[in-house]
Formats: sequence, structure tokens, C-alpha cells
Amino acid sequence: MEFFRIHKTIPFMRPALALNIISLITFLLAVFFIATRGFHLSIEFTGGTVMEMHYEQSAPVDDIRSAVDALGYRDFQVQNFGTSKDVMIRLPVRAGEDTAAQSQTVLKELQKAHPEVRLQRVEFVGPQVGQELLHNALKALAFCVIGILLYLAVRFEWKLAASCAIANLHDVVIILGFFSFFQWEFSLSVLAGVLAVLGYSVNESVVVMDRIRENFRKQRKAPVRDIIDAAITQNISRTIITHGSTQMMVLSMFFFGGPTLHNFSLALTIGIWFGIYSSVFVAAALSMWMGIKREDLVKHVKKDGPEVELG
Amino acid sequence: MNRYPLWKYLIVLAAVLIGALYALPNLFGESPAVQVAGAKATVKVDQDTLVHAEQILKQADIPSTASSLEMNGPVGTLRFRFDSTDTQLKAKDELEKALNADPKNPNYTVALNLMSASPNWLTALGANPMYLGLDLRGGVHFLLQVDMKGALTGRYDSMSGEARSALRDAKIKFDDVERNQMSVRATFATEEARDAASNALRRAIPELVFSPARAGDQWLLDGKLSDTATTQVESNALKQNIQTLHNRINELGVAEPVIQQQGADRIVVELPGVQDIAKAKEILGRTATLEIHMVDDSPSAMAALSQGKVPFGLVQYKDTDGRPLLLRRQVILTGENLQDAQPGRDQQTQEPTVNLTLDSKGARIFRDVTRDNIGKRMAIVLIENGKGQVVTAPVIRSEIPGGHVQISGAMTAQESADVSLLLRAGALAAPMRIIEERTIGPSLGAANIRQGFDSTLYGFTAIAIFIILYYHLFGLFSTLGLSFNVLLVVAILSMLQATLTLPGIAAMALTLGMAIDANVLINERIREELREGYSPQQAIHLGFERAWTTIFDSNLTSLIVGVALLAFGTGPVRGFAVVHVIGLLTSMFTSVVGVRALANLYYGRKRKLKAISIGTVWHPNKQQN
Repeated sequence: MEFFRIHKTIPFMRPALALNIISLITFLLAVFFIATRGFHLSIEFTGGTVMEMHYEQSAPVDDIRSAVDALGYRDFQVQNFGTSKDVMIRLPVRAGEDTAAQSQTVLKELQKAHPEVRLQRVEFVGPQVGQELLHNALKALAFCVIGILLYLAVRFEWKLAASCAIANLHDVVIILGFFSFFQWEFSLSVLAGVLAVLGYSVNESVVVMDRIRENFRKQRKAPVRDIIDAAITQNISRTIITHGSTQMMVLSMFFFGGPTLHNFSLALTIGIWFGIYSSVFVAAALSMWMGIKREDLVKHVKKDGPEVELG
Repeated sequence: MNRYPLWKYLIVLAAVLIGALYALPNLFGESPAVQVAGAKATVKVDQDTLVHAEQILKQADIPSTASSLEMNGPVGTLRFRFDSTDTQLKAKDELEKALNADPKNPNYTVALNLMSASPNWLTALGANPMYLGLDLRGGVHFLLQVDMKGALTGRYDSMSGEARSALRDAKIKFDDVERNQMSVRATFATEEARDAASNALRRAIPELVFSPARAGDQWLLDGKLSDTATTQVESNALKQNIQTLHNRINELGVAEPVIQQQGADRIVVELPGVQDIAKAKEILGRTATLEIHMVDDSPSAMAALSQGKVPFGLVQYKDTDGRPLLLRRQVILTGENLQDAQPGRDQQTQEPTVNLTLDSKGARIFRDVTRDNIGKRMAIVLIENGKGQVVTAPVIRSEIPGGHVQISGAMTAQESADVSLLLRAGALAAPMRIIEERTIGPSLGAANIRQGFDSTLYGFTAIAIFIILYYHLFGLFSTLGLSFNVLLVVAILSMLQATLTLPGIAAMALTLGMAIDANVLINERIREELREGYSPQQAIHLGFERAWTTIFDSNLTSLIVGVALLAFGTGPVRGFAVVHVIGLLTSMFTSVVGVRALANLYYGRKRKLKAISIGTVWHPNKQQN
């Protein structure tokens, strides 16, 4: 079985300009949404209490709401979670209250009406811890971006490195834009997912760039555009199969992994597809606009690749 | 060209065997066990206790399948494994009866627990199952913030007491010695007295750095802790709090509690299996500290008390019966100086007593105070959540040297036990508060394991089927390589006893999904070389060789991310990062060395190899198939 029986080099770079404009618009929209809507941060970042309750019958969401309201909370959320019998309650941090006791108070109040209600999970995060987590998250993001930039700078000539970097930041910003636009909950595990995607999509771009470099060496006379097209065409089979396999795993997490892994796998899914798209149409195209030449690359190659001698 | 030297095969074989060995305990699951721990700080659980407990079980004819002694610092825990819950319950009753002579005042806590059911020879090799995080087994997680300012204030309070007695010993006249914010301030009438005091105090309390000052006609001396001394106070406070938590939690009888320092001023407490959060919080959240003050029983103070007034320099507290008492503001000792408190009986009168043990500094101060105040009363105040209560206010009969203090008087045995428990529980060096809490019910934990496992299994199966259909034999090699990868990750996690959490399982799944990349790169490369017209042997060789740089590159970027998450992540992110990094490293080994070994083993010896089973290799020019 071989899926990709490609007779000729596919002219990937033909729609590059149009797609790059679309990319730019998407990117700007993502920035706009992040700036105006912000994120629906999980309590890990904001501080507060999350409780998951399990009822024997389907949960009386309205009763729960009024019970929590009676305790004097504003700006809280009660919603079904997974099944109709499970409810998730989010409480904000209230100044001057013994926050550690929040969950107990609420549980007692709810047990008045339904003694059979069971507390499945409580998570309480103090505001100070939340701040720290947010700072650490930003530090981790900065470390990843700088580390990857350094790596690319050492690995490639600057035009390829810069286009890789821009392509991958574009991916990350667009994932964040999705979470901002749909107001999906942004938790620590989503952050881990976003960063994992960053590493993953950089590696996709690296594979494409490697091929472009190799082709510059092999096809001495071909124009730049043809070389890039050929590199992507040669790789496309590997790209689709690899990402298809990863996507199968991620989908399996999405459907069977339960609510904790839900948004994590969502972030990965968006990341995988934008990773492919951006390595082909953003990274490669950008390096083309930047005017990459054979001379930029060939001397570099000789120093670095442990090429095999054929015999 | 596609032959490995023997040693390379042996390395791969050794990795498979060691991996299998250390991954093996995870297959056995858990069986019922009974755990014995000391209920009091003074009760030691050691090798002797183990032998003793084993004898008890033997006499009662209850066979245990394994026994172990685990030391966590000074705190020991015994565990006995049984083959059924019936024997487990019988053993628990039997041990409880035999070990605790007085059930009302138990020396040991005997609790039901679960233990790995892997055979003893595996355990002897150090092969244990993975340590499951709370999100997988259920339980409570707390992060406690230690109030270091409180610890320092307490330290300055007790140091001003020390300074006072040092000045008295040196016969230097002073107006006052008090804690002033974060310093000890001594006030003198003359400059000479201050300078003399400065020398005396420097010798008596070397950890304080004194600086002279002047306010109006008074000469001042301000003592501050040096930076190293401050760090010392803080780390001692943290250690003492951890020890106190150990004791309190042992009284709860929790199986395998985790109590660890996190950062400079935080303590993580994890109590697997505990469902009574309210009780756990009550025990942990008790922000009790101890202070010893002198009682002011002078007629003027009594008069003020009857009028409901509190004169300057005094403070009013109530005792356990609700009667008010006036105490001097000065703190003589704090809980920091109290090492232990136990109920006991007086040697001569057989009256119930509370026996206190003080540290050397506390003993010295106590000696001085008791010598100067014979016939007066001193009060031990327990301060909980900012509210103080006098636990006991005994009369000083004589000078008490040596730091062993016996409190006796109209007390029942129960009262003496209660007081000593309160005093011991109060021995926190600094107040703490809960800043993070996570509780996971046991059913949710089980569901998390199942969902995590299922999603990995389904994903893996889908990939395996696809890759075998697509790459035939080489697909099978890849699948075996991936399974080898899982084996190694599980084995390494078990060896490191790193905590496996749900994000960790997700990382394992994701790493598998990404590890397939290396295999696809290799297989596609081999196909390509075949297409170029190389012979099968050459194609295998070139395919592996040429794909390696790309594989290394792509894993490197993921490693950068993994390291960033390890360095800055806490909680769930860390759990993800640990597995992610381990998985990336093992996947490079398994896909490049492991799969190559399989390919070499199968094809390497066939000299006139015509074709290899790697799925259809399509040639655009020849139009075959």
C-alpha cells in the first residue's frame, strides 16, 4: 500500500502568496482576540475553588445555584460535567475568607437538600500560588522560544532559521487565539500541550528545511521555487503518515481520555494541523520571500551533516 | 553492512530484559496489607518492632506473605501483606490488641493498607511498581505555606528573654529588653552600661548582630539576626513543622503519607486514600503555637481582673475552664524550645503528670526563671488561629534545672494525656496555612487510570494496525520498537519511583504518537533509496543512516520543551514533563538501535536479498502495481 503516488512535483509554492495573506489575517485575528477577550483561565492560574459533585439522580443545577448564591457568592459557576449526574462548581477567591474551608461550607449546604451527594474532587488554589503558576508558565514559554531560536540559529542559516521561528510562533499564537475566541478553559495541561506542539511543529519545519538544503546541494541548476516544491513533495508522504499517526493517538485521548485530557488533546489537534500547514506554506514560503539562495546553504552543509559515503 | 556486532545485540537484549524485569511489578496489582506506625514521637518503630510483630502474627497463626520495614527519616513503618482481606482484618485486630496494651492511649497505629503484590524476589531486587499520583489513586493533596515571619517573631521573642537573663548574669543595669518589630531592642540609662552590655550580649548570643543607637536620653542597642542565622531559623522552623506534621499524621493512621519540603518555605502533604478531608484539614490547619508566660497574681492585678480591666504590660487569657487569668506580656519560652510532652505518673505520689522535655536553651532559661520565681505561677498558652488559651498554669515549687519538667496537680489521667497531646501538637515552630488543596475521590482515581490506559491502548492499537498494513514487516518492526519503548518508559518510571499522574499517562501516549515519526522517517527513507535503485541491503543501511540526523534534530526540539516544562512546571505539568523527557530519550534508542537490531537480525545475513517487506515501493517511471 502506498498512498502517495505522485508523478510530478506538486507546485506547493503557487498559492503561497494567497495563503500567507490568509495566515497573516488569521494571526492578526488571533492577536486581536487574545488582546480583547483574554483567556478563560482555569483556577490553577486565577486562584479559587473547583468542586466536582456526584449526585445519585440527575443533578438539580438550579437548586445548587441558589444554594451557593445563598452562601453569598457572586461570580460563581455551576455546570454539568460529563454526565447529568455530575456537577462542577467554580468558586472565586473571596477576600478575607478562610478559603481552605470554602469547599466544606458548600458541601454541607448542598448536603442539606441532598444528603446522598458525593464530593468527587476538590481543587483549591490560593491567589498567590496562581500568580506564581502564571509567572512560571510565562517563563517556560520564554525558555522554549529562546531555546528553539538558539537551536535553529545554530542549525540553519539565518533565513531558514528566521522563517522557521516565525512559522512556529504563528502556530502557537493561533492555538492561543482559538482558546481565546471560544473561551475554552486554559489550564496547566493545555499549556503543556501548547508547548509540546511548539516542539513538535518546529521539528516538522526542521524536516522540511533539511530537505530543502539537501536539494540545493543535489540539484545545482534548478530554480529556488522548484527546489522548495520538490522538497515538500518528497516529504509529503512522511508528513501525512506521521501526523496521521500522532493524530490517531490524540483523537483517542480526546474521545476516551476523560475530561482532564479533553482540552489538552484539543490544543494538540489544532497544533498538529497548523504545524503541517505552517511548515509547508509559512516556513518554506517565507524563506522563499526572503530570497534564499544556493550559496546561503551549500557551504554550511559540508561542515555539518555526517553524510554517508556510498560504496 | 547490516550486521551488528554481537555486543550491540547484547545491549539491546539486556535493555529488553532489564526493562521487563523492572516493569514486571506493575502487572501484579495490589493485595491487602496492614501497616504499623508509631502513634507517638517517642515510640520507635525499628527492626525489633518488626521481629516482635512477626512473632505476634506467628502466635496467632496468621500467615503473612511478606513483611517490610521502611524508614522515612527517623519515622519507621512496618507493613505486612496478606493473601485475603479476611486475614488482613484478623491480623489488624490481633496486632492492635498485642501492640497496644492500653487501647485508650495507643502506642502504635495499626491501619489497613494496600501493598504491591509482586513476588518477594522482585522487591528484593528493588523492582517496585510505579508510584501512582493522587489523581490516579484518590486522596488529598495540600500545599502549606509556612509563615516565616511568624517563626522569626517567635525567635526574637525568645531571644529577648535570653538577652535579659544574659544581662542579669553579667550584672548590667538595663531599663528594658523587648522585641521591637524584627529586632531585639535593649534600652539603657547610660552609655557605659550600653557598651558593657554590647560586649556581654555579643558573647552570650553570637547569632545576633548588635548596633548601637540613641533615642532622646536613652541609649539603645538593636540586635538583628545575621543573614545566615535567619536562614538557619527558617530552615529549623520548616524542619520542626515537618516533624510535627509527621507526628500528627501518624496519629491519623494514614498509609504512605508524603510530607516534603517544597521551595524555601512550603510543605507538601499528600495523604493517599484519605476521604475525610474535614478531619485532615482540621489536623493540618491547626495553626497552634505554644508560649510560656508568667502569671501575675499580685493583689493589684487581681483587683484589675475583678473589674475587667487589663493593666499595661499584661494580657488576659482564659484557662480551659473559662476562668480569666492575667499574664505578663513577656514570652519566656515558645513551642520551639519544647521537644516533647508525655503523660506520666509521679514516682512517689502516683499522681498523673505531664512530663515536658526542653532543649538546652529552653532548659537554661527555665532554670533561671524558676529560680527567680519560686512560689509564683507560670502559664502555658496554646495559641490557635490567633486565639490563646491557657492549657495549664502550675505553681513553681523549686528551681528546675536540666530541662525535664514535671507538671503535677489536680489532674486525672485523661487530662494529663489531653494536655500532653495539646502541647505536642502545639509544637509548631511557625504558623502555616493551606494555599493549595486537591482532593480526588477513589472512584474518580480509578476512572482516571482506566481512561488514561484505554486511550493509550486504543491509540496504540490503531497506530500498530495502520503501520503494519502500510509497511508490512518493517511496520511490525516499528510496532515492536514502540512496545519496547513503552516497556522502557514504564521500567524507568518504576526504577526512579517517579510519580505517575494522568498528565503523565497523556505524555506517554503523546510520546508514542510522536515516536512513530522516527519509524516513518526511516521507512520512508528506505523506500526512497529503493526507488533510487539501491539494492535492498544498501537501502536499509542508507535509510537508517540518513534518517538519523533528522530524528536527532526533531527530538532535540521536543527535548528543549520537555526541559523547560521540567524546570518551570509544578504539579500536573511536571508529571507530564518527566514522562515526556524519558519517553523522548527511550524512543530515540528504541527506534534507531532497537528497530535496527530487528532489521539486521532478520535481513542482515541474507547476502542475495532481492526484496524486503516494507509495503509497496512505487516507482513513478516504471508504473508497476
